[in-house]
Amino acid sequence: MLEMIRQMLNATVGQIVPAAWQAQTVEVMLIVMQITIILTPLMLCVAYMVYAERKVIGSIQGRIGPNRVGAFGYRLAGLGQPIADALKLILKEIIIPTGSNKFLFVIAPILSMAPAVAAWAVIPFAADTVLADINAGLLYVLALTSLAVYGVIIAGWASNSKYAFLGAMRSAAQIVAYEIAMGFALVGVVVAAGSLNLGQIINAQSGSLLHWYWLPLLPFFVVYFISGVAETNRAPFDVAEGESEIVAGFHVEYSGMAFSLFFLAEYANIILISVLSAVLFLGGWLSPFEGVLPKSAFTLPVIGSVLGGGIHWLLLKTSLFIFVFLWLRATFPRYRYDQIMRLGWKVFIPITLVWLVVIATLAKLQITPWFN
Amino acid sequence: MFEQIIFYSFGTMLLLSALMVISVRNPVYAALFLVLAFFSTSAIWLLLRAEFLAIVLVLVYVGAVMVLFLFVVMMLDINLARLRAGFMRYLPAGALVALVLAASMVLVVGGEGFNEIRESGLAERGPAYSNTAELGEALFTAYLYPLEIAGAILLVAIIAAIALTQRAKRETKAQNPDAQVAVRRQDRVRLVKMSSERDSE
Amino acid sequence: MFANVHRIGKSLLLLELLKGLRLTGRNLFKRKVTVQYPEEKTPQSPRFRGLHALRRYPNGEERCIACKLCEAVCPAVAITIESEQRDDGTRRTTQYDIDLTKCIFCGFCEESCPVDSIVETRIYEYHGEERGDLLMTKERLLKIGDLAEPQIAADRAADAAYR
Repeated sequence: MLEMIRQMLNATVGQIVPAAWQAQTVEVMLIVMQITIILTPLMLCVAYMVYAERKVIGSIQGRIGPNRVGAFGYRLAGLGQPIADALKLILKEIIIPTGSNKFLFVIAPILSMAPAVAAWAVIPFAADTVLADINAGLLYVLALTSLAVYGVIIAGWASNSKYAFLGAMRSAAQIVAYEIAMGFALVGVVVAAGSLNLGQIINAQSGSLLHWYWLPLLPFFVVYFISGVAETNRAPFDVAEGESEIVAGFHVEYSGMAFSLFFLAEYANIILISVLSAVLFLGGWLSPFEGVLPKSAFTLPVIGSVLGGGIHWLLLKTSLFIFVFLWLRATFPRYRYDQIMRLGWKVFIPITLVWLVVIATLAKLQITPWFN
Repeated sequence: MFEQIIFYSFGTMLLLSALMVISVRNPVYAALFLVLAFFSTSAIWLLLRAEFLAIVLVLVYVGAVMVLFLFVVMMLDINLARLRAGFMRYLPAGALVALVLAASMVLVVGGEGFNEIRESGLAERGPAYSNTAELGEALFTAYLYPLEIAGAILLVAIIAAIALTQRAKRETKAQNPDAQVAVRRQDRVRLVKMSSERDSE
Repeated sequence: MFANVHRIGKSLLLLELLKGLRLTGRNLFKRKVTVQYPEEKTPQSPRFRGLHALRRYPNGEERCIACKLCEAVCPAVAITIESEQRDDGTRRTTQYDIDLTKCIFCGFCEESCPVDSIVETRIYEYHGEERGDLLMTKERLLKIGDLAEPQIAADRAADAAYR
């Protein structure tokens, strides 16, 4: 498929640009196309996650959630809601406060959106289906998720508002605290898999459902997911926007599309954390039936490809984690700030350090079936 | 050609942002320009196929260190006039330090050792070559003792910093979350069984 | 000692959090109680306090005698009354305004009225499109009273036993 498009592009591009530039131009065009193929469904997912969130939380609270906005005169269970919301936000004015720092104020939403999107470059969707198959993929993801805090800090500072600033300070301290626990949890995965490449990490988990890292790395799995919730500023860790204390936190002064960028970034980050949890601890695209059903089952015409590994399993596992995110938000009240700090520094980091020693020992002794 | 364009654009960005770090008046801007400088450096390292170092630079310096820097710089109300007052007085000392640094950099970069590395063709390895693994092997075999010493020094610094902040008697009042979390129902609630009573009038 | 181990173990296994998740998870599948508003409506009590109206006697004479009790009792100061002696010697209002943007729908005016003139109807789906639309004048209040009289009278009758 890729080769075919490349040849077609080569033929057309060759007539327009000089020969010396042809290879690079085709390569850049191909990458842009691949990025579009990844980002378009992602943005749609982000939009519809807002819908899913309202439906799920409504359901848990005994309500039915949005069900009015449809299309062409049909209600469609409210599926038109995200589109209507997006249109409304696009048409709203972006108000820039007088005392604010205009350049930073405008650039902050972009800074919070960019890392959430850029990290998708290294996510493997199925065997050998990844935009950039780089060796240090896991580090790249960790580096990019650590950058998300800049959008929040800069937004809080540039708004020149005390509530925004307080929100930014809370968020900065919280993200730095949980990043350490998250990093240690990822180190555990690296020790177990022996690679920083996300594709190789998934391959190292192949075998059966019990080979996936959720079992040997269970503490890391829990710590990683909870840190992920904290890192994305989601309930019950959403002190950065704690509306009962500091209005809306770092994005009080934002309106229109600038505000919705923060909103989209939060949801894109949730999806990213979910897909990473699926890749690192639940075997990514691997099928749960692997090692359970006989090998011959996977060679069946249609059923075989459904039962076998593929992108549908990754999507399913990711959806599961996204649902847990929503479930957590509907269940738990917001943490107090000092309790958040205590959990990050005094509970998670010691747990990960201890379990890291255990994992390193197991890996050194090559305990099967996980470390061989 | 393509790589050179990227190199020169990031190189220019690096030099300009480094210049801005020391020349802008607002300390928050200075910190943000430093972030930009780190980014440009990391991009140039990526061009050299040192992806581990490049990403770790972003992860550690941009993602953690500069966040804390910004945190402090934004919180503090820094008096700009006083900061800039001694500029001329400190200029000779600063120039001396800069000179020494520049000289040592010229010695290292222009010296024999660097040429050796360049000629060894490190940059021409294939895509399967992982410099992360190579770095790890070098750090934990050949340079194990320096690594351990560096780690010990950092640990001492952490403990010293904590000790310094904890030395003064705590004057602020705060809850102790540990104690609060540990509270059970039986510590607070006492269920008493009583027979019903009637007012005797 | 043992209690501490028990406590730490319990908190590390996230038992209490899982308990909470189980509760909300069960509620996810419970029957939803949402009332689909424009199509479905919740039942109203005869004492419902909605839009105001001024009533008339069956012979067409307006009830209000301009005693100004409602004006005095109104906690939001939403009622303004001016009165004058009519040619037949009775006292009637020349102006009876209710500012609905001030009104808190407490129903005190209705309770204080000695002649059951000012009442609150069951009408609650109304809106104003222009400035002044929500300032009800005497004419408009009387008109609402005329239109809603059957319902108003029925509600008063239903509630009469408890007054």
